[in-house]
Amino acid sequence: MTLISSKSWRMLRSNRTALVGLCIVTGLLLGSLLIPLLSSASPDSQDFERFLSPSFQHPFGTDALGRDLFLRTFAGGRISLFVAFVAVGFSLLIGVPMGLIAGYAGGKVESLIMRFVDLMLSFPSILLAIVLVTAFGGASLQSLVLSVGIVGIPQFARQTRGEVLSLREHEYVLSAQALGFGHVRILLRHILPNAIAPLTVLSTLRIGTAVLEAAGLSFLGLGVEVGTAEWGVMIKDAREFMSQSPWLAIFPGLALSMTVLGFNLFGDGLRDVLDPKQVRKG
Amino acid sequence: MISNKPILEFQDLHVHFPIHAGVFLRHVGDVKAVDGVSLKVMDGETLGLVGESGCGKTTTGKAVVRLAPPTQGKIVFHPREGNPVDLVSLDRAGMRPYRAEIQMIFQDPYSSLNPRWSVGDIIAEPLTVHEPGLSHAERDDRVAWLLEKVGLTGEQAHRYPHEFSGGQRQRVGIARALATRPRLVIADEPVSALDVSIQAQVINLMQDLQEEFGLSYLFIAHDLSVVEHISHRVAVMYLGNIVEVGPVETINDAPIHPYTRALLSAVPLPDPRPGRPERIRLQGEPPSPLNKPSGCPFRTRCPHAIASCAESIPPLVEVTPGHEVACPVMLDQASRSRG
Repeated sequence: MTLISSKSWRMLRSNRTALVGLCIVTGLLLGSLLIPLLSSASPDSQDFERFLSPSFQHPFGTDALGRDLFLRTFAGGRISLFVAFVAVGFSLLIGVPMGLIAGYAGGKVESLIMRFVDLMLSFPSILLAIVLVTAFGGASLQSLVLSVGIVGIPQFARQTRGEVLSLREHEYVLSAQALGFGHVRILLRHILPNAIAPLTVLSTLRIGTAVLEAAGLSFLGLGVEVGTAEWGVMIKDAREFMSQSPWLAIFPGLALSMTVLGFNLFGDGLRDVLDPKQVRKG
Repeated sequence: MISNKPILEFQDLHVHFPIHAGVFLRHVGDVKAVDGVSLKVMDGETLGLVGESGCGKTTTGKAVVRLAPPTQGKIVFHPREGNPVDLVSLDRAGMRPYRAEIQMIFQDPYSSLNPRWSVGDIIAEPLTVHEPGLSHAERDDRVAWLLEKVGLTGEQAHRYPHEFSGGQRQRVGIARALATRPRLVIADEPVSALDVSIQAQVINLMQDLQEEFGLSYLFIAHDLSVVEHISHRVAVMYLGNIVEVGPVETINDAPIHPYTRALLSAVPLPDPRPGRPERIRLQGEPPSPLNKPSGCPFRTRCPHAIASCAESIPPLVEVTPGHEVACPVMLDQASRSRG
């Protein structure tokens, strides 16, 4: 069975929020992948006059170094989305097995894992990310991805554990246990496939947050290199020229909030459709 | 086809679940779910195990397939070949050869089938462990054959559980249990979740399968009316102990233990004739198995309880051949009125 059956797809299409979210997300993905490719100029080339207001030639204007802001905004999307996707993949890779083991093993193992998760959750995530970036040797793309990824682990571990706790009481799990199957097989073949829907929803929502966290770290100078076309960096650089050329901050800021909005709307819509606890009988 | 050889014997089985509390998970007590059960299932018979919710009947069944860990006592299984073995003494690996012969049917047909698997895969799953040598074609053949045995069709193997009704799903559950050619089937309230009209169909199917394959059933139910159709013998359980066991007719017509009587008087009759004895209403809730009363577990609700009931758990005493009762008070009355 595919993850999204034809019925779920129908429900998704009739869900307006999800559809709007999906359009925003798809538009952003396509835009940031295609626009820098199709354009003759490079987002880093300083070929234009400085501080041009938005015009037909430069829809978002140009910045302090004479670079086209339209190109840079979409090029920035590539980095943000790349960081967010890889980071969330990393959170999944570590958080899901932690949750699986905690939920299935129970007892001391569960206490140990979940107390560790609680410990991570007790720090504000941006603070934890700052500490982590520093611990990983300062600002770089790698430490940015790793930090944002690690900050996401607790949510995935918690959600997975919760799913396992409820799924392991299902009689098909008992049946597999009664047949003498090993724990790994039961976890991977019986429990995990039934936990994929809520994890998909969480991943989608988490990508939005991860974009925001990555941009926040870059804004603080803890992310990608200074001067890179990245939303956080761009907003940081725009601060000096706020009164004179506000579009320098407005467009990357808008792109950032649209991304977060898009993933949140899409994630909420997905939850309505996929999460079995909320699916209405239809 | 009931032989006089047992297939399964519970010998003083205890299943206690420890309760841990606090930060350091200190052991604060035990839930005595099963507290000294001795019982035999004969080869080819259906033993009905009845009792109200929480009395330990399901735990007793689960202990056989190690879904609940026995803490004391023995579960002796008589396999097709070889000597009787105590399942409690075996580890996971040692248990494996016997699992094919002991299968389980679950209560809730909506939760017992993995919603992401096709019915064919669900039925074939036991074969992947117990008969790994089967080719794909052989496996498919076996699945189709099993589906037909339980009254479905081979083509339905590609469908998913949500495409079936509750009764059909329970048939799939039965087919899965039969896949490994078991001799003993633990049926944990197999019809409780079904419509009354479907219950009879599933019970009839189970009877037909018993005859065809020579199965023995440990049939767990909370309702005597369900059990009396399929069972040869009935055991009544209360708060972790067996209080009465005997042939189904005897239990139905001449129950002795006060709890069995109360349970029987609660069965609704299709034609309530005026001559029916007045219903026995039990007072209060059953005590928690975490905090069992001393002595007879039923004494706190028993209309006939006397002081000596609190002293020790009464043993099962044979009244007539095959009919055993754990109530000295009633046995005393009976013998006095006879003598």
